[in-house]
Amino acid sequence: MAAITLTSENFEAEVLKSDIPVLVDFWAPWCGPCRMLGPIVEQVAEEAGGSFKVGKLNVDDEGELAEKYHIMNIPALKVFKDGAVVRESIGMVPKNKVEELVKF
Amino acid sequence: MHDIIIIGAGTAGLSAAIYALRAGKSVLLLEQLSYGGQIINTPEVENYPGIKNISGFDFAQGLYEQATALGAELEYAKVTGITDGAEKTVHTEGKDYSCRAVIIATGAKNRPLGLPKEQELTGAGVSYCATCDGAFFRGRPVAVNGGGNTALEDALFLSNYCSKVYLIHRRDAFRGEAKQAEQLKAKENVEFVLNATITELVGEEELSAVIVTDKQSGEKRELAVDGLFIAIGQMPDNAAFASLVDLDPAGYVVAAEDCKTRTEGIYAAGDCRTKTVRQLTTAAADGAVAALAACAYIG
Repeated sequence: MAAITLTSENFEAEVLKSDIPVLVDFWAPWCGPCRMLGPIVEQVAEEAGGSFKVGKLNVDDEGELAEKYHIMNIPALKVFKDGAVVRESIGMVPKNKVEELVKF
Repeated sequence: MHDIIIIGAGTAGLSAAIYALRAGKSVLLLEQLSYGGQIINTPEVENYPGIKNISGFDFAQGLYEQATALGAELEYAKVTGITDGAEKTVHTEGKDYSCRAVIIATGAKNRPLGLPKEQELTGAGVSYCATCDGAFFRGRPVAVNGGGNTALEDALFLSNYCSKVYLIHRRDAFRGEAKQAEQLKAKENVEFVLNATITELVGEEELSAVIVTDKQSGEKRELAVDGLFIAIGQMPDNAAFASLVDLDPAGYVVAAEDCKTRTEGIYAAGDCRTKTVRQLTTAAADGAVAALAACAYIG
């Protein structure tokens, strides 16, 4: 499944009310490590067999959501389950760490 | 089996790959995190000869594409050791790889302060990348720790966003460029806290202050800050190779300009090697030197 672009408009429906866990990638285009991690997250999304989904949230475009989830470092990955953050990681992480985040 | 295994796909490792591949050797790069190395954190590179201005990300991407187009293979794995022999074996957490020569290009990573709560507060106020995270502290007070170019650049960058920037340094003079220190002095919202070390991080869920101790008087001062940017230099990660190469007290692989270590067929290139100047150009230069030495060794 391809990664979904998250905005304040679809965040509730796609993330908070999702039936399956959602891995959210908080990123910005000017952040080098974010641009390195992006393709890895997208790859994990492509390989996901439907047990979870992946969303990308641009913190420049969606400042309010970034603030709401206390984003102070990017890239930041947060896994949402039943509307709450259950796991997270900060900074550049290898692919196997991304996969571990979404292993339930 | 590959002719050459390169440990680390930063500037040194990718440059070595380009030279080795063009010499007709097969190359496997083993990288534990992401290709590109430290330069991906730099928004603008303006000191690489021949390129006026490029983002660190684009530079890394260009190197990676150049190496892979020539046939470089890249696998993500953490190397745990090397066994020497007629054929060398490189061990990773997952599997073993054999080759004829090895280039260690593991680079260096950010040095932590080593204080309690540092890890817990990383992402909650503590950061090692001002250009990544500075914008989240718009209008708020922050501190930068360090006295080199990175610390000065970080402080200057943050002074454009933040209400207050404390620049904390353990000496009374900066190691970084004098020009930048002058620029910082002229900024009203920047305060130098010199001859001081950070001795405590304050905050439960998020950082709320740092406590600095004056090195001479021993006096403590609490600085209320929401963010702390640590720029106290780098540290290498070469313990896995200690049985085959000499390490200096700081952990860098002992090798001269020829990149040769004490074991034949094992080379060290880039920031992981003992040297005085650690720059993109010196990393790329080491890559070329190590690759051609490895090619000559293989024959």
